[in-house]
Amino acid sequence: MSDRAVGAAGGPVLEARRHFWLVDFFIRLVREKPMGTFGGVIVLILLVVGIFADLLAPFGYNYINLKAIMVPPSAGYILGTDNIGRDLLSRIIHGARISMYVGLGAATLDVVVATLIGLISGYFGGKVDLILQRFVDAVIVFPALFFYLAVMAIVGPGLLQVIFCIGILTGIGSSRLVRSAVMGAKQNVYVDAAKSIGSSNARILIRHILPNVFAPIIIIFTIAMGAAIIAEASLSFLGFGIPPPIPSWGGMLSGPSRKYMVDAPWMAIWPGLALSLVVYGINMFGDALRDLLDPRLRGGVGGMGAYGSERASKALAKRTEKGLRARAQKSE
Amino acid sequence: MSNATENLVEVQDLFMYFPVTAGIMQKRVADVKAVDGISFFIKKGETLGLVGESGCGKTTTGRCILQLYDSMKGNIIFDGTDLTKLKREQMRRMRRYMQLIFQDPFASLDPRMTAGEIIGEPLKVHGLAKGQEYRDQVAELFRMVELEPFMADRYPHEFSGGQRQRIGIARALAVRPSFIVCDEPVSALDVSIQAQIIILLERLRDELNLTYLFIAHDLSVVRNISDRVAVMYLGKIVEITSADELYANPLHPYTIALLSAVPIPDPAVDRTRERIILTGDVPSPINPPRGCNFNPRCAQAMDICREETPELKNVGGEHWAACHLVK
Repeated sequence: MSDRAVGAAGGPVLEARRHFWLVDFFIRLVREKPMGTFGGVIVLILLVVGIFADLLAPFGYNYINLKAIMVPPSAGYILGTDNIGRDLLSRIIHGARISMYVGLGAATLDVVVATLIGLISGYFGGKVDLILQRFVDAVIVFPALFFYLAVMAIVGPGLLQVIFCIGILTGIGSSRLVRSAVMGAKQNVYVDAAKSIGSSNARILIRHILPNVFAPIIIIFTIAMGAAIIAEASLSFLGFGIPPPIPSWGGMLSGPSRKYMVDAPWMAIWPGLALSLVVYGINMFGDALRDLLDPRLRGGVGGMGAYGSERASKALAKRTEKGLRARAQKSE
Repeated sequence: MSNATENLVEVQDLFMYFPVTAGIMQKRVADVKAVDGISFFIKKGETLGLVGESGCGKTTTGRCILQLYDSMKGNIIFDGTDLTKLKREQMRRMRRYMQLIFQDPFASLDPRMTAGEIIGEPLKVHGLAKGQEYRDQVAELFRMVELEPFMADRYPHEFSGGQRQRIGIARALAVRPSFIVCDEPVSALDVSIQAQIIILLERLRDELNLTYLFIAHDLSVVRNISDRVAVMYLGKIVEITSADELYANPLHPYTIALLSAVPIPDPAVDRTRERIILTGDVPSPINPPRGCNFNPRCAQAMDICREETPELKNVGGEHWAACHLVK
């Protein structure tokens, strides 16, 4: 650590940027991407609600009060109750936990599978790539929901099955993105340099290629998270996902909600709203991440990259504009 | 042409064709003849300059020697071992003894690694040092290329072009190689920094007893650092001799034209001397001309030049040239 301190003496400005890049990133997010910030807040709420569901929910998710069946939103039951007298707010909150599990779990698995296939296929190329990619093609061309249904019909319903099924299948699809990033990264001269000093393929892949394709991997993660939550909701809606009484937003939309849609519309509105809002938020956040992390938008040497130069040129434009206006006023 | 005991590197009949493919089936429709049958040797402790225009195959030759391509033909004898016959893992171990310095100091350093990690990587790869010894050696390498060891925690983008090239040189030196291919190590640098890097390379060569293959297109740079110089044109060596002999007595018309293009820093001399301006472009290496590669641009081309490819002929001493004019 003391070495670092000595290094810090060299350049305070650069040092500040290196240590606070995450902070820097959030400043950029808030300033440049208001919708992305909104999405990020939604994701944050989902995580907090998911983690602390037991503390936040006023009732248990399966607590039945037979005296309060299909109560509309009111003081006692803020979001109302369902057809067997369960508090909808509590079920939405516990549903957030399920969505969080599925979103994070499937997206993690997705990224792991995509990175494995993408690294191998993109780096080695040739016959390995040809064979792997035909296999990927075969998975991609199959309609996703059919595939999930078929696999879920075989493995049976359950949270873990849903996560594995969605994660692995979407991961095979997103391996394309990792592959193309790897194919770009391996053209870099520093990969040749690593080869010429005698690095093994494994070392080049892990130490040189992987860190340089991290941006697309983070983007894949956010996209996969939204997609996985929707996929789980679809499966649960169709009865192949997470079995009742565990509350899943997709499951809450089906069955009784549809049956009592006219008498108790809140039964369908709340889970539907929660689902739309969360997926919308994740997608917005993911889009903002993609824009901010896109290597084409980042410069090389300055560190601040295109953002820095963009800001600089804007500031310059403002200043010259001011100057011109001042001069115009003077001449008047 | 060669004496096996004192030659560190011997290149025999090196061919490197890059396939040009077309269509869905990736059919091979033509070849880019980047290196088209060349042979030369580099003695222990000497520096061989390799000059020629862009696209003449200089860089490809350097990389072929280091076995960075899979599909080359010919033999590369390094210190008595034929590198082309080695298995992948054996070759990986051999890389300790031969290193490469790159042209572009910006692209050749991994932006996600610190300078210390970059320079220390070869040590880790070959398991040469650990712990305190590793840190000491990395610090020593920093000093060797006139950088400060405290810079080890900085990232490549925090260095200037010249400093980055020094990092590249330190990385090549880390494994104590005996042979280094310098692939246009100064072409991407400012003229003021070029001299510093050249002086550094010369000092390191003398201190560490290195052998260089120095690739460049700047003849004045090559003249300073090289013992012998090989001139390449369109994948072939057209002339090879000692540096002094080449500049004093060039034989191949291409070499003569190339030398006449070197600016002389004296306007009076520069105005009076004869300049040869070559007409036309370098022919495509996919479809080189019949006979001598240089015949479409050569002022002295004869009928035989359009029919027969000239062989490298010894014209006395260590001077070899590939031209029908040379007897």
